[in-house]
Amino acid sequence: MTALLQLDRVEARYGPVKALHGVSLEVGASELVAVLGANGAGKTTTLRAVSGTVRRTGDVIFDGAKLARRPDAAARAGIAHVPEGRGTFSELSVWENLRLGAYTRRGSVKDDAQRVFKYFPRLEERKSQQAGTLSGGEQQMLALGRAMMARPKLVLLDEPSLGLAPMLVAEIFERLERMRAEEGTAVLVVEQNAGLALAHAARAYVLEVGNVVVSGTSDELRANESVRRSYLGY
Amino acid sequence: MPLLEVENVTKRFGGVVALDGVSFAAQPGEIVGLIGPNGAGKTTAFNVITRLYTPDEGDVRFEGESLLGVPPSGVVKRGIARTFQNVELFRGMSVLDNVRVGAHARRGEQTPEDLLWYVNLHSLRHRPASGLPYGTQKRVELARALASAPRLLLLDEPAGGLNHEEVEQLGTFIKGMRDDYELTVLLVEHHMGLVMSIADRVHVLDFGRKIAEGTPAEVRGDKKVIEAYLGVEA
Repeated sequence: MTALLQLDRVEARYGPVKALHGVSLEVGASELVAVLGANGAGKTTTLRAVSGTVRRTGDVIFDGAKLARRPDAAARAGIAHVPEGRGTFSELSVWENLRLGAYTRRGSVKDDAQRVFKYFPRLEERKSQQAGTLSGGEQQMLALGRAMMARPKLVLLDEPSLGLAPMLVAEIFERLERMRAEEGTAVLVVEQNAGLALAHAARAYVLEVGNVVVSGTSDELRANESVRRSYLGY
Repeated sequence: MPLLEVENVTKRFGGVVALDGVSFAAQPGEIVGLIGPNGAGKTTAFNVITRLYTPDEGDVRFEGESLLGVPPSGVVKRGIARTFQNVELFRGMSVLDNVRVGAHARRGEQTPEDLLWYVNLHSLRHRPASGLPYGTQKRVELARALASAPRLLLLDEPAGGLNHEEVEQLGTFIKGMRDDYELTVLLVEHHMGLVMSIADRVHVLDFGRKIAEGTPAEVRGDKKVIEAYLGVEA
């Protein structure tokens, strides 16, 4: 299988601080892959390295070609990044936020919006509302919906569960899984709710201080003693 | 006498009733959990207590005195400090300077440097706050809150960005902090493992109304709470 996304010994730093020490990982087409790790392990930086929002060295291959290290190159190639804390434009309406997701394309966005509303009917009800007045769960849906508007091949999703009630987190993962199955969108998701992430992901990587220390199928990781202790709590 | 009394508080935003006659109290030394679905009014309650919002009805009393005539800066001076759901640090300032802001608002016995040792961030004190991992930024907020020598500490989702093992450590840390600084803690959190393991009492909000209160065990078994919030598996 040729991977849709391939990271080959990627390093990244913030000023003098090195955050990734040579991370290699793969995501297949329409595959859901999870990244686990402690606070500060480099999970967010890994997503940023892919979308070109942090300085990196090492190769990122996407869809058969080397990806230039610029955020717009990643966006145009079909990568949508939903950052930690969602990054929706709070002063803009729900509809305006969604339209921004389709910024790299010409033509009508109506069909895409209908697709988004199919997954998140709540966003259609709140179309003209200011994004900042949505509840946390609705904002996460908006961030995901905005990513979908770009018709991405790959969605990078940073801690979708942050600030969400348990029931809503389960719901977000169900929608994500449906999106993957129906639209063939691959997903690389960073998530602290490891139980839920492993229940939906095919495979996962565990990061520690900027290195991949464990990787495998979700079943393999669930059987791993140290993963259980640190991430699953049983 | 309770340290904090929220009595019959109603807060409306236009047509939305964010809090609808909500009452709860915190006794000195208690850790009180405030839980509920997204949009239930938890953060609004924090904003009313810290006087960022003025309630339309009801009263908030601290040590028996109403806070309604007190500006937000006065709330800190009386000994109420908080952290924020989405991290509100001064991004360009160093970790140490952020903590100094807390001490500037109200000076305690411990210096900002001491507090950074206490939260185990002293080695990062000269780093700018913005580049730190999310979970670490949450800890900086905690140190900043402690720097104002609070008697009541409001924590808004302190477990965000932490894995299972780190959340367990955080629980131990919050209890230790309560004892070391003789604090009363009001805790908003979606991580049920944390709430259930450290809270003395839990209040549950849904659509701005209180639907249940009790010990963690009582609340966890409450049918209304399961339906509105926890979901079937909990």
